[in-house]
Amino acid sequence: MSSENSTLVKLNNAGFKQNDKWLVEGVSLTVEKGKIVTLIGPNGSGKSTTAKIALGIYRNIEGSVEKYTNKVGYVPQKISIDWTLPLRVYDFMLLTENIKDEAIDEALNLTGVIHLKNKNLGNLSGGEFQRVLIARAISKKPELLVLDEPVQGVDYTGEIALYELIKRISDTLNCGILLISHDLHTVMTATDHVVCLNGHVCCSGSPMDVAKNNEYKTLFGEQASQILSVYEHKHDHVHSDKGEIKKN
Amino acid sequence: MFDDFFIRALIAGLGIALVTGPLGCFVVWRRLSYFGDTLAHSALLGVTLAYSFELNIALSVFIISSLIALILIQLQKKTNLPGDALLGLLAHSSLAVGLVVIGFLTFIRFDIMGLLFGDILAVTTDDLLIIWTGGAVILLVLKLIWKPLFASTVNYELAEAEGLNPDRAKAIFTILMAAVIAISIKMVGLLLITGMLIIPAAMARNISDSPQKMVLFSIIGGLLSVLLGLFSSLEFNTSSGPSIIMASLILFILSLLNIKQSIKLKN
Repeated sequence: MSSENSTLVKLNNAGFKQNDKWLVEGVSLTVEKGKIVTLIGPNGSGKSTTAKIALGIYRNIEGSVEKYTNKVGYVPQKISIDWTLPLRVYDFMLLTENIKDEAIDEALNLTGVIHLKNKNLGNLSGGEFQRVLIARAISKKPELLVLDEPVQGVDYTGEIALYELIKRISDTLNCGILLISHDLHTVMTATDHVVCLNGHVCCSGSPMDVAKNNEYKTLFGEQASQILSVYEHKHDHVHSDKGEIKKN
Repeated sequence: MFDDFFIRALIAGLGIALVTGPLGCFVVWRRLSYFGDTLAHSALLGVTLAYSFELNIALSVFIISSLIALILIQLQKKTNLPGDALLGLLAHSSLAVGLVVIGFLTFIRFDIMGLLFGDILAVTTDDLLIIWTGGAVILLVLKLIWKPLFASTVNYELAEAEGLNPDRAKAIFTILMAAVIAISIKMVGLLLITGMLIIPAAMARNISDSPQKMVLFSIIGGLLSVLLGLFSSLEFNTSSGPSIIMASLILFILSLLNIKQSIKLKN
């Protein structure tokens, strides 16, 4: 029963067809509280489509979606905002919900863009805008976060920090995260469950299970599997507070 | 100078400006100026029907404009024609049908110029009641749907994903557009209503850095346009619609100067 209660969104054999072409089909997955589910797959494999199915953006779908929460934060992959709108970062933070000023400041601080609060949204760089998008999604303290390539255009150090932030948010807010990422390394280290897509579900399971899967290897190449071996290797020791390395 | 009709026109005009201000911002943001035009053109048909069946003009215009909006939505779903072609089709065919019907109504003397360009002499006390109560309802409804409407104007998928029901907000907004045209047709005239929606909002865009400010300046711009326009209409004996629109154009030009000045100041 407890697993039933912690379910936030559940896709049952879901699929979506556009102009008689399946964008994705037969996807089953569950996002639970405090868990990170990551979608990986090549371009056009239906990752964003799957996210939009989970969010209820697509209506006429095959299969079914059960959504158990309305507190959703979404970072879309592509966002085209019409700059005929005079819109500051601050206004954008209040777009879908009235949030207290402290919560806005806190979120902007966490993603490192508090200094942009009163800037016009149209004047931000790609990476800055991406940080604002993440801040907006987390400031609502959502139960379900859907992040579609959330760190695109962010510089390398920022990328690592943001992924750490995402992991921390999933722990502190106990929210479920559906993450789409190209960065296999991140996927393999910070994810509870991986779904590998290629128009359908190729394989899914824990990061280790997926990395060992043959279909995954053909999709991403042998090298992608190596990432995991690095990851496994990393975990045969732990770091103490003082930075010493202790073997397990 | 302050004849009764003029006071009525003033009260009517200011009431209209209060409503067209915020609605006009959405027309600019959502790129709906041709949609507004189409609804306004179809209003002529509404007016002729009002005369034929002795209905209230505002009510009849509201019904016809809403109907045209519904037809447009259906045509968009069922044909592959681009949106602007459909808008043109509906705008001109409804205008044509309206004009033909007027031709048949030989027993009524029509003031076509008044219909097209507005007539301050035509505003009655009943019209004031319709404008102010109708306007209050429009503003109230707009306030209620503001969040989903604005969010989906910025980004439809964000609004949809985060549970704001943007489709419903859009449908309600369409009805509000029909309503604002219905209450302002007598004053501004059907050819110029869209100008009343767009020009103050466009002026406001030039001097605003947030959506709230743009709405506020758009309202202020509309009120000033009505005041300036109506006084000059009285002074020079011109139609009320063109006079109001010209006043708003002047404000728009001033707002452009303001931009240049502020750029100079920054340098």
